[in-house]
Amino acid sequence: MILSSFSDITYQLLEGFTVTLKIFFYSLIFSLPLGLVVVFGSLSKFKPLKVIIRTFIWIIRGTPLMLQVIVVFYGPGLWFNYPIKSRLNAVIVAFVINYACYFSEIYRSGIESIPDGQKEAGQVLGMTKLQILWQIIFPQVLKRIVPPISNEVMTLVKDTALARVIAISELIMIAQEIVRIEGILWPLFYTGVFYLLFNGLLTLLFARIEKKLDYYRG
Amino acid sequence: MAYLTVTNINKSFNNLKVLDNISFSLEKGETLVIIGSSGSGKTTLLRCLNFLEKVDSGSIQIEGKTIIGDNYPLTDKEIRSSRMNFGLVFQSFNLFPHYNILKNIMLAPQLSLDKKTITREEYKQKLDQTKDEALSLLETMGLSDKINAFPYQLSGGQQQRVAIARALILKPKILCFDEPTSALDPALTNEVVKVINHLKTQNRTMIVVTHEMNFASKIADKVIFMAEGKIFEVGTPDDIFNNPRSQKLISFLKNN
Repeated sequence: MILSSFSDITYQLLEGFTVTLKIFFYSLIFSLPLGLVVVFGSLSKFKPLKVIIRTFIWIIRGTPLMLQVIVVFYGPGLWFNYPIKSRLNAVIVAFVINYACYFSEIYRSGIESIPDGQKEAGQVLGMTKLQILWQIIFPQVLKRIVPPISNEVMTLVKDTALARVIAISELIMIAQEIVRIEGILWPLFYTGVFYLLFNGLLTLLFARIEKKLDYYRG
Repeated sequence: MAYLTVTNINKSFNNLKVLDNISFSLEKGETLVIIGSSGSGKTTLLRCLNFLEKVDSGSIQIEGKTIIGDNYPLTDKEIRSSRMNFGLVFQSFNLFPHYNILKNIMLAPQLSLDKKTITREEYKQKLDQTKDEALSLLETMGLSDKINAFPYQLSGGQQQRVAIARALILKPKILCFDEPTSALDPALTNEVVKVINHLKTQNRTMIVVTHEMNFASKIADKVIFMAEGKIFEVGTPDDIFNNPRSQKLISFLKNN
């Protein structure tokens, strides 16, 4: 039994945490815009597209993310004879799809919460559909969706722990290894500090964004 | 030939006839007030003129030019250019809450400038010109000190005056008002009456939908009474308010 020092363990956990952060950042930067694509589908006036997209959202929101990670990683190899090589890519793809669906629902509620009168005001002033969307609808939607988005983003930080289901050495997985090898429990508890500090940072960031958007009411 | 001619407009929502063969005309510089209880179709009529609703049949001509007829504009572009004949001021103002007052007024004319067809200097020049127009409109409305304020910082009456300026800057041939005083305290109604009277002195053509008789009688040159999607009576304010003929109008006036 090797008795590692506090700093050794901190260092090992930090390595796991960089993997956690990688999953987090890639998932976030791809799912935020993809959610926008999804919301156009779910608000489409073309019925078949709308039904397909909403069914897809139902499946993604209705099944565990852990299961989706497993399906994305093992599915292509099992069904299409196309095994996925990068575990990290598989987990990021699963997270992006899952979070894009959740974000799209947040976007949808934001868009639908803007009164029709705003669109009509733009119309009678001779604006084009695109101008109405960019100049009138989106800026107002942005302000309304920041709180629910911040909620999802903090959940994403913690959901990264699910990556260990396909043996990715993220923070919790590393801690479990240490616990197994060294027979001590505290490193697992210690991981909580990492999540907590990072989410604290995000909380401050989102508070700043909210404050910045607080120059008007309505 | 009248300035505005509306002929046999029909409109139904799911088999419910909302506008039933509506025809009327209006001369340049006149203020037409449309009265009637809620559900009479008066707001729908205004929305049809502004292309917010599509008429089922009928025609609309301005200065002899057909803007709705057999060749009902179909493309977005055609609708946009045709609707610029009209301006519309909403009951609930519908200002853009995220822009300040000046930007609320300048946004539409600014966006209508096509950056591809004009040079940067021309664009800047036109923008300055728009800004001057916006500032002078705000001065007319008595809101010069509010240009940097946001809509939520203004009273209802002030917001409505901004909405009027926002419509005016696009120089519509006919300015429409949909219940412009319904969301205002009685005391603030006078602010709007003042503005409309001022616009009358500038010989503007206006159509005002309202169910407030006091307001209607103060501004009207011509009054239309609507009920059940039909025009029941047309006349001068004196005809309508002092010598109503139909039973419907008599009972409507009694209740208002």
